[in-house]
Amino acid sequence: MAKFTYTEKKDTRSGFGAGLMEAGEKNDNVVGLCADLTGSLKMGDFKKAFPERFFQIGIAEANMIGLAAGMTIGGKIPFTGTFANFSTGRVYDQIRQSIAYSGKNVKICASHAGLTLGEDGATHQILEDIGMMKMLPHMTVINPCDYNQTRAATLAIAEHEGPVYLRFGRPKWPVFIPENQKFEIGKALTLVEGSDVTLFATGHMVWLAIEAEEILAAKGIKAEVINIHTIKPLDEAAILESVQRTGCAVSAEEHQMNGGLGESIAQCLGRNKPCPLEMVAVNDSFGESGKPEELLIKYGLSKENIVEAALKAVARKQS
Amino acid sequence: MKNQADIEKLEKIASQIRRDIVRMVHGVQSGHPGGSLGCTEYFVSLYFHIMKHDTSFNPHAEGEDLFFLSNGHISPVWYSTLARAGYFEVSELADFRKLNSRLQGHPATEENLPGIRIASGSLGQGLSVALGAAQTKKLNDDDNTVYVLMGDGEQQEGQVWEAAMYAAHHKVDNIIATIDYNGQQIDGPVEEVMSLLNLKKKWEAFGWTVVESEGNDMASLVTTFEKAKSLCGQGKPILNMMRTEMGQGVDFMVGTHKWHGIAPSDEDLSKALAQLEETLGDY
Repeated sequence: MAKFTYTEKKDTRSGFGAGLMEAGEKNDNVVGLCADLTGSLKMGDFKKAFPERFFQIGIAEANMIGLAAGMTIGGKIPFTGTFANFSTGRVYDQIRQSIAYSGKNVKICASHAGLTLGEDGATHQILEDIGMMKMLPHMTVINPCDYNQTRAATLAIAEHEGPVYLRFGRPKWPVFIPENQKFEIGKALTLVEGSDVTLFATGHMVWLAIEAEEILAAKGIKAEVINIHTIKPLDEAAILESVQRTGCAVSAEEHQMNGGLGESIAQCLGRNKPCPLEMVAVNDSFGESGKPEELLIKYGLSKENIVEAALKAVARKQS
Repeated sequence: MKNQADIEKLEKIASQIRRDIVRMVHGVQSGHPGGSLGCTEYFVSLYFHIMKHDTSFNPHAEGEDLFFLSNGHISPVWYSTLARAGYFEVSELADFRKLNSRLQGHPATEENLPGIRIASGSLGQGLSVALGAAQTKKLNDDDNTVYVLMGDGEQQEGQVWEAAMYAAHHKVDNIIATIDYNGQQIDGPVEEVMSLLNLKKKWEAFGWTVVESEGNDMASLVTTFEKAKSLCGQGKPILNMMRTEMGQGVDFMVGTHKWHGIAPSDEDLSKALAQLEETLGDY
């Protein structure tokens, strides 16, 4: 398996913007709704190309969710766009009743998730959104890892019937997934094969897991790196198949430990094949202002933290 | 305007639906009779005269008018109306609020009850949903109308005003929203709980064309809806301020919030049914 490299950095939100544009070209039923963040969500191209299918909502997220639910009646496929915080916590009851419980084909597209939002600080750095969304019956939860995967995921969810939460972010990040790789909802993606420990990562943390794998290799530890882009439904078969071989695991995500990917994996392992699991996630605290890379270090989400967690998992397996 | 014989026919249907409401809530000793009885003429006028709709039920309602209930707790009147209109068997009304029923306490789509297109119950969301459906009708060149009913206490929810602002800005002129203006909510009179002040002026200030109706007078409602329909397509959303009496049709339930969410006893039921003519046969 080839080593991963990158030649450029691009923001995942731009991957969403490009994907939405293509989805709009492919299907006249795709409509876009945005709550006064068209530029931040990179929805400008869609708005320009399809003005009759773009709806400016203003700063009224609850109304946006209700409108989107209603637009599905008659066959539209609404994509709502705002920051992850305002896409989830602010409108949880609207999503719960009008979209999830009602089984509506709405795509809730959420940018600026997690600590890597940076300087705006903890009011905007939501770290609880995956938990809130994965608890809702009928909801699919996706957190792609780079520009190309976000673009492909956006195209895939347009063709998927049912409510979806698509989470992406603000910073420019390494682009390493092949440009035309098809996105399969609910299917884990093995990036590096290994035999000593499995690193399960989602979102921006996938690149850091790839970097951690190289550091571990230099220490003689063969780590398997698996990209869990779909947190729900979780690819339990792929998770269990991997830990069957490696015997221990690390989860890595830009989210609270409570309610996140690691918690879902722990549930899967606990019910099927208990084994050492270390979790790289924010440990029950809010974030703060700072540069993305500074925040990832301060809150324990660096590649060094992944390495440390992997060594601990391997040691626990052997004890 | 319908002639007197037609109005009387609608009133007879309303009488049966009121019997259904009281019997449903009594049968399970749970539910919301007050608002349901107050809105009976509204539902009958829409489903038996005003709306173009197909009881074979197409969830996407292409080529039909659409109705949304935002104040989902008055589900008894909607369920009875749907059954009496032919969406499902009237015998199913006996399942209201019971385990394994399609007639959930608040309207839901999960059990696939014909006639219901979205869940409601948590207040303040229905107007947004109705506006979304109205936008889709416009995109699909479907010139039918979207109707939505809200409560007056529900006007205290902020989302209602987000939606009100949106509708005027985007010129959603294929919607007729109605407020059940009965002046009552769970904790007491609306004006004591949280005053709405001049509600008509508020809606006008938000850019809506406001019409007024007497919601327990079938002829007034029919006339108002016909007028409201004639005002559609003129660039402004339409609001119908519909004055009703909570508990209308049953003398000891009228005009009080006491019967918002409690069920009648056996004795109450007998007294109520004695006041409501059985016109179409009880379920």
